[in-house]
Amino acid sequence: MNTEVTIAGVTLKNPVMTASGTFGSGMEYAEFVDLNQLGAVVTKGVANVPWPGNPTPRVAEVYGGMLNAIGLQNPGIDVMLERDIPFLKQYDTKIIVNVCGKTVEDYIEVVERLGEEPAVAMLEINVSCPNVKEGAIAFGQKADALSHITKEIKRHAKQPVIMKLSPNVTDIGEMARAAEAAGADALSLINTITGMKIDIHRRKFAIANKTGGMSGPAIKPIAVRMVYQAAQAVKIPIIGMGGIANGEDAVEFLLAGATAVSVGAMNFVNPYTTAEVVEGIEEYMERCHVERVEELIGAVS
Amino acid sequence: MKQKQTARVISQREIAPDIYDMWIETSLAAQALPGQFLGVYTKDKSKLLPRPISICETRADNVIRIVYRIAGAGTGEFSGYGAEESIEILGPLGNGFPVEKGSGKKVFLMGGGIGIPPILELARQMDAQKQIILGYRDSKLFLKEDLEKYGTVFAATEDGSAGTKGNVMDAVRENRLEADVIFACGPMPMLRAIKKYAAQCQIPAYISLEEHMACGVGACLGCVVKTKEKDAHSHVNNARICTDGPVFEADTVEI
Repeated sequence: MNTEVTIAGVTLKNPVMTASGTFGSGMEYAEFVDLNQLGAVVTKGVANVPWPGNPTPRVAEVYGGMLNAIGLQNPGIDVMLERDIPFLKQYDTKIIVNVCGKTVEDYIEVVERLGEEPAVAMLEINVSCPNVKEGAIAFGQKADALSHITKEIKRHAKQPVIMKLSPNVTDIGEMARAAEAAGADALSLINTITGMKIDIHRRKFAIANKTGGMSGPAIKPIAVRMVYQAAQAVKIPIIGMGGIANGEDAVEFLLAGATAVSVGAMNFVNPYTTAEVVEGIEEYMERCHVERVEELIGAVS
Repeated sequence: MKQKQTARVISQREIAPDIYDMWIETSLAAQALPGQFLGVYTKDKSKLLPRPISICETRADNVIRIVYRIAGAGTGEFSGYGAEESIEILGPLGNGFPVEKGSGKKVFLMGGGIGIPPILELARQMDAQKQIILGYRDSKLFLKEDLEKYGTVFAATEDGSAGTKGNVMDAVRENRLEADVIFACGPMPMLRAIKKYAAQCQIPAYISLEEHMACGVGACLGCVVKTKEKDAHSHVNNARICTDGPVFEADTVEI
């Protein structure tokens, strides 16, 4: 059985990654999961300087999922390079760093710093966080803005560039094509879906930011649909995510056209989810006599 | 090491209106510290996140006691569990109280409302001159008898139906109590008052905070508190309550 997949020339031992922001930089989950088992670890978004994030409450539970508006709290690229990358280097897994910024220049500064670190296999560019006022999603909801930032980042990036797309758009195919045409090496989707929850007893927003990004199993059908549409629109590989809880969910994304998958909110629910997804994919392959996991990519009809 | 596991309910009963006392058989008991908490999962899978519930008592023989209030449908589900029911738990989570900081001293162990349960294990383990000050809404003085085994208990009730009328600070004043160090868990207004009092008296206070949580293990950065100094994780004066806390020295947090 061969579970390897290749994205932009980077071969992963299996298609299972972590969704940015749900796995820290791996340290917190290393107590539960052997990180060597994972295809890649995608870090929490990192900016050029530390970001304090949003006021609390930052999280709320909703039916079949959750809302979050963390606001990309992060220690900045210096700490990432001094602490988090050396930690992840101890493991036999690919390191993908998620990059956020308020301006194009912010992104480029981080991308250039990461270029000096060969242990980082790929960059994922966050142009889809719905919870910060400047940057992030401002670049990810209009095709021309997405195209501009993708080109700028590609001019400065040493590693392959994954553009992480927002589901909060009218036509995901158009966004996918814009990123591909601008030189993106791969796409990842979906980021969270903007939502809201109101506490009717206190007549207050459940989240201080008023809106939050929805994630969890409840959004999976939307994510599968968008991954399928994006896969139909472009030739570059896609990393699919949105509510993946087990191997069968992951296979669904692969069949929809994803080359790899990320486990997100379900890490919070069951800290062993990533390892269980790896095992679940293998079980499916065995049961269905699939020799190479790549045979599954886009194999829906 | 933190672990998610399926444990077994030994027994459960309601000890005050909407306050439940559950005993659980779990191997996590062996490593649990006073002030740490468990993430408890519902069986209803439309509710995904573990409910953070403080550990009230631990027994070496694989037993953890939790005492919680029904706050919504999730804790409502837990309250229906009887003996032998399976229960999914994650833990032990958080740092716990620095018990040794009270050794040999004159201490206040203060609990307010559903912040009282973790004070029990703390009182059981601490070797100190213990003045245990408990704040309740009314005369349903849950866990008071348990706590009386480990120190002198002073109660305050909001409605004045038992003990001092008012809150834990009113009980301190009415009984002219003094301490070298404070340990506390309770609602935010109580913790703010304790922080202020500790600063005035120039004594350390260790307070246990709560916030809406998702992961419970320090990854999501959902449950942060403003800190005076840069936090160790993000360097932005926002510490994670689930892992850097829930217990903080009061003068290090902006509450």
